[in-house]
Amino acid sequence: MGNVAKHTIGVLVDNEAGVLARVIGLFSGRGYNIESLTVAEVDVEKELSRITVVTSGTPMVIEQIKAQLSRLVPVHKVSDLTTDGPSVERELALIKVAGSGEQRVESLRIADIFRARVVDSTSESFVFEMTGSTDKLNAFISLMIPLGLTDVSRTGVVAISRGPNPL
Amino acid sequence: MNQDRMIGSEIVLKALCDQGVEVIFGYPGGAVLPIYDALFQQKELRHILVRHEQAAVHAAEGYARSTGKVGVVLVTSGPGATNAVTGLTDALMDSVPIVCLTGQVPTHLIGNDAFQEADTTGITRPCTKHNYLVRDTDKLARTVHEAFYVARTGRPGPVVVDLPKDILMESGPYFGPTNVEHKTYKPTVKGDADAIRQAVALIGSAKRPLIYYGGGVVNSGSAACQLLTQFVEMTGFPCTSTLMGLGAFPASHPQFLGMVGMHGTCESNWAMHGCDVMINIGARFDDRVTGRLDAFSPGSKKIHIDIDPSSINKNIEVDHAIIGDVAHVLEDMIKFWKAAQARPDKKALKDWWAQIEEWRARDCLRFNQSGKLIKPQYAIQRLYELTKDRETFITTEVGQHQMWAAQYYKFEKPYHWMTSGGLGTMGYGLPAAMGVQVAHPKALVVDIAGEASILMNIQEMSTLAQYRLPVKVFIINNEYMGMVRQWQELMHGGRYSESYSAALPDFVKLAESFGGVGLRATKPEEVDPVIEEMLAADAPVIVDVRVDPAENCFPMIPSGAPHNEMLFGPEDTQATISDEGMVLV
Repeated sequence: MGNVAKHTIGVLVDNEAGVLARVIGLFSGRGYNIESLTVAEVDVEKELSRITVVTSGTPMVIEQIKAQLSRLVPVHKVSDLTTDGPSVERELALIKVAGSGEQRVESLRIADIFRARVVDSTSESFVFEMTGSTDKLNAFISLMIPLGLTDVSRTGVVAISRGPNPL
Repeated sequence: MNQDRMIGSEIVLKALCDQGVEVIFGYPGGAVLPIYDALFQQKELRHILVRHEQAAVHAAEGYARSTGKVGVVLVTSGPGATNAVTGLTDALMDSVPIVCLTGQVPTHLIGNDAFQEADTTGITRPCTKHNYLVRDTDKLARTVHEAFYVARTGRPGPVVVDLPKDILMESGPYFGPTNVEHKTYKPTVKGDADAIRQAVALIGSAKRPLIYYGGGVVNSGSAACQLLTQFVEMTGFPCTSTLMGLGAFPASHPQFLGMVGMHGTCESNWAMHGCDVMINIGARFDDRVTGRLDAFSPGSKKIHIDIDPSSINKNIEVDHAIIGDVAHVLEDMIKFWKAAQARPDKKALKDWWAQIEEWRARDCLRFNQSGKLIKPQYAIQRLYELTKDRETFITTEVGQHQMWAAQYYKFEKPYHWMTSGGLGTMGYGLPAAMGVQVAHPKALVVDIAGEASILMNIQEMSTLAQYRLPVKVFIINNEYMGMVRQWQELMHGGRYSESYSAALPDFVKLAESFGGVGLRATKPEEVDPVIEEMLAADAPVIVDVRVDPAENCFPMIPSGAPHNEMLFGPEDTQATISDEGMVLV
């Protein structure tokens, strides 16, 4: 059967009503796993949206996921960014930490090490903005837990292939 | 391009006419009244009024599968659309081209829980090949044409077009069906030449080959069926069919081993298990065929021809995949085969056939018609013998009778066998037969039914009466949901929980009350005369054949077992079913 591995899949779709529901319904209906999913319009003129899905499965399941996605009528292109050559992955998070005194200073110090930006500040809280790999975000968030982490909002992974060629 | 302006409902009907549609199966309601009004004022399209929307879809399926055309359904919003869902799912599973037009509340009411509102595109998204909600009359004509294009090309399937009432009443431009090419949807028709060459080379090295074909051959068209016959004959290989493929290759042909799978023949299943090269043509390694996956045909190299890339490596990993339309791929395969040098070892092939003949000699479909009770197999065998020289179309419901029909009715031609294979929809056969009869008014159309299944869409007897459709319903009445009981016997200690058909109607009187003819056979010697009487009647007929209630369907590969562990008869029913097998359906 092969081993379960994580894959990042880029999907270019027509930006029409219901297209996201088709993709999500395919994953839930066929029992595939979604670790993260992001979607936004990327070409206003051609009305194209790009979906990035992080999923996991055996090689046979990943092949099925790609074939099933390609079969959807409004799908233009499907690419497995994990296997189709090198790619860059990024995720953005907004992280709220509340506290005072030494904890508050410590959170700011760690944010500086991680190159997180402060986008909101009150006398008892910070909101940090941070971009990076999922692992980097996880590391930062876990460091914030003892310092008064109260809220996290993450975009999920977006990815693009390295080099000059489009999806 | 034609730039006529007309109102939405007229655009819909004009588009149907331009798509070559002759018949619509439907049921009216508030949201589709504009289309029914337009229908009233024209003469080109015939409308068949069914008695339940599920039946409209099955009728359209019967029409489509017996003609190769797209079947068309028209239903109203809300309950009209939700009633159609079973039929749509059935058509999706069996790859039947259907365009289903559903009414919808006007656009400004969508989302307001309006009367007879349902989220039709949301509900039907997973049970259609594609669906549309038309929000602009300007896009209506193009959408209907595109729906037909998507339904019939590639792997065929059902397409829903949801039509809000205001869109049907506003005026918009009409466009003809030209240039419907889609910007993203482009099915692969022609197979990759290198892949076909490699497959042909592998076939040339085979010692124990087997051709396994399915409904994809029938869907590809009669040319594909002829090419299949040509390929089987030129190679001299044995071949076996799935339930859906029956008729693509003549059943009387000596190279045909019968149906494969759970209730397939011993020679087919053992050849599947023992072959060294398997050539799958338009079949999808369904679980009814493969049995236990990790023990499926363990020693074979597998070639898979399919138009749907997602069928490849879904259940079974194959060695050579060819994506394309069966007719195109077979044409190339035959060409390359003629040019190729490699031929299977004659001695090995002869030995393989000798082995198959030994299995065939076991005569696994034999049954013993003795005593006072009619054996169900006997009833179907007599039906076959007495109807084989006519133009006969067979539909079925779902259960034991369906498997017996597949085993004992021999199909020589494609498009003459309509059964619910993938979804297994009880209640399919009668409305499907109705659709077949509409398409072939002069032909003999028989629904081989069970007494339980037939009651699921029995209301369509009324439709048969209204349109004088002389469909014959041949009920194998064993007073049980036979297949349920068979599994209860095999796996649940014979505890027949809720599988007895209590309080059955008198089917003879039932037929009469619908204006048809009712007949009954209770003894073996009554079977032939009753069939003759049925054939002589120019009216809808229900034949109530009272059969041996204890008979079960064999051979059988129990759930979770490999092909070489078949049960051949009641003496085998004490076989142990594995824990893994118990959870399977």
